[in-house]
Amino acid sequence: MSETKIITGNETAALAAKLCKVQVIAAYPITPQSKIPETLSSYVESGQLDAEFVRVESEHSAMGVCISASIAGARVFTATSANGLAYMNEQLHWAAGARVPIVMAVANRGLGAPWTILNDMQDTLSQRDTGWMQLYCRNNQEIMDKVILAFKLAERVLVPTMVCFDGFRLSHTVMPVKVPSQKDVDEFLPPFEPVYELDPEKPVNINPVVMTDPLPGPDGELCPSYMGFRRRLQETLEHVLPIYREIGKEFAERFGRDYSDPLYRYMADDAEILFVAQGSVASEATAATDILRERGIKAGVIGLNIFRPFPAEDLAEATNGARVITVFEKGISYGYEGVLCSELKAALFSHNGHRPEVLNFIVGLGGKDLNPQDLVMAIEDVLGETKEGRKIRTPQWLGSGV
Amino acid sequence: MATTLELPGEEFILPGTRTCAGCGLSIAYRYILKALGPKTIVTLPACCLTILHGIYPKTPIAVNAVNNTFASTAASATGLVAGLRARGKNDITIVGMAGDGGTFDMGIQALSGAAERQTDFIYICYDNEAYMNTGVQRSSATPLGAYTTTTPVLTKQQPKKNFLKIMEAHNLSYMATTCSSYPGDLYEKFLKAKNKSGTRFMHVASPCPAGWGYPASDTVRIGRLAVESGVVVLYEVENGELRLTGKSLSIARSGRKKPVDEYLKAQGRFSKMPPELVAEFQKEVDRNWEDILNRAKL
Repeated sequence: MSETKIITGNETAALAAKLCKVQVIAAYPITPQSKIPETLSSYVESGQLDAEFVRVESEHSAMGVCISASIAGARVFTATSANGLAYMNEQLHWAAGARVPIVMAVANRGLGAPWTILNDMQDTLSQRDTGWMQLYCRNNQEIMDKVILAFKLAERVLVPTMVCFDGFRLSHTVMPVKVPSQKDVDEFLPPFEPVYELDPEKPVNINPVVMTDPLPGPDGELCPSYMGFRRRLQETLEHVLPIYREIGKEFAERFGRDYSDPLYRYMADDAEILFVAQGSVASEATAATDILRERGIKAGVIGLNIFRPFPAEDLAEATNGARVITVFEKGISYGYEGVLCSELKAALFSHNGHRPEVLNFIVGLGGKDLNPQDLVMAIEDVLGETKEGRKIRTPQWLGSGV
Repeated sequence: MATTLELPGEEFILPGTRTCAGCGLSIAYRYILKALGPKTIVTLPACCLTILHGIYPKTPIAVNAVNNTFASTAASATGLVAGLRARGKNDITIVGMAGDGGTFDMGIQALSGAAERQTDFIYICYDNEAYMNTGVQRSSATPLGAYTTTTPVLTKQQPKKNFLKIMEAHNLSYMATTCSSYPGDLYEKFLKAKNKSGTRFMHVASPCPAGWGYPASDTVRIGRLAVESGVVVLYEVENGELRLTGKSLSIARSGRKKPVDEYLKAQGRFSKMPPELVAEFQKEVDRNWEDILNRAKL
């Protein structure tokens, strides 16, 4: 049995963590995620959640606490945004290398300088190569569901996971959210069982210096080199998507909402022109698609439920029929183009050789509003341009003004 | 005070460590672990202690160790405390241990945060007065007039940061200074620290032959000279009350504090010091010594 609550994205993330019975939370305030630690500390202080809440003095320490609490065998949760996430960078690499299944909510926000507190996705996109898994949410219901999914997935494969959602657009917007019962969550997500214990009888040295070539252990058996450890992380991530599907199906059977497809698809099957986007941009693109379809344009949407590991094969298959693909991104790899655009092109090159027109739009940086009408206009422009045979090579900045 | 012969025979540092010959840290760590015992988890950043803990897949250290990033020793200790408490395990001593660079410089934020939160752990700073593991670069713990590889011509122009005052401002349940040359003093203070709760801060002066420029056989002598000349003062602070201990207490009583000359001359790192800098060094040591004597009501 679930009940429906009208709550913000931040309240949803905190409530989801509570339902997951997290044991240690360490977090530092930063707009727009601050309501998450506020809500969780209230749960802990009022006795609704039996957890250790550590009010750390920085995000670097937040992740430091999370890593070691996870090594000590606890289920661990944190949340951050923007510069807070950037400040954690070193620790993010460490967490992935240490294989600790931390789940972190990220309310996406633009990075300074100059300062913005408002939404874009430069913060999490910049952490793409840390070894963390990244799930993206289109609405508050997805925040609830993906936090629960993230714990199940992270603890299964021992890789930390970010649940990313648009700051303010979701973090501060109330929406109806179906809240699963505690019993259902408990059955879906049993208590975390650490793979090892820090046992005084069997002392170990965790994450020490590792050499470039394998060395024999006390029993003479060769143990992994640095590259060996790092290769194992990559191999695990290469095998995540089937596990993600399986867990997604299990989630759908129990909770009735299905994320087993790594992609969100809307009218994509027969679409000639596709939106490809993450997070709330995919929601805007869904509304834009309805308008375009009314005007006789066969538009459709592909969104990404999971960005790391990257669902390259699914993406290549899902975009196979489109003549034009437009990638709308709230972030960019400066000096080239949007990350998702580059990765989509690479996926097409590697998987099916299909060569549609792929156009990149940089949108919504620093909270710049993006509505379905903007997307509709952009698509109508694109269709005009591509009819003329003029190829747009560089990413187009939508709504940046002067 | 216990003599070294009376200390527990059980060893937690087994043969085969990778530290330099004459390493003061190794001596100190041996007695620290004897005092703390097997139900200890040590968390450490990348430093000389990492080298002591060995290279994967072998370690000569017979207690659990968790390595962490350079700035986050106290945060990592906090995580171990929180994680174990959340799982109902309350009988393990959590130790965060870092050098002076990882404490006086980069680790200060996490340490100050953990101490203000009164996190239940022992923080140990083994102080060898420079970034020794990376090749003797200057830290804020490097003393006035010392040669380092980043003060190669002029030597360090500023005195050592008074980190103990900063830690005292955190109103800790227990803090103490000690030195690898006095195992009895060190052992008793760690035993005391182990039996207290809240944040405990331990400063361990650890001479370093490679970085200080003296023969490896002289580590104990150099540490003793440091204490005998008042450069290092052995004391403990409980409930705001400062108490001198061991050799420092007997020097205070006898009034026989040595001038710093012998200590400075025994080390290559001070060989470039002009007489006026030696005088300034002596003045700084005397001022600190008087300050501590006043605090100890001696």
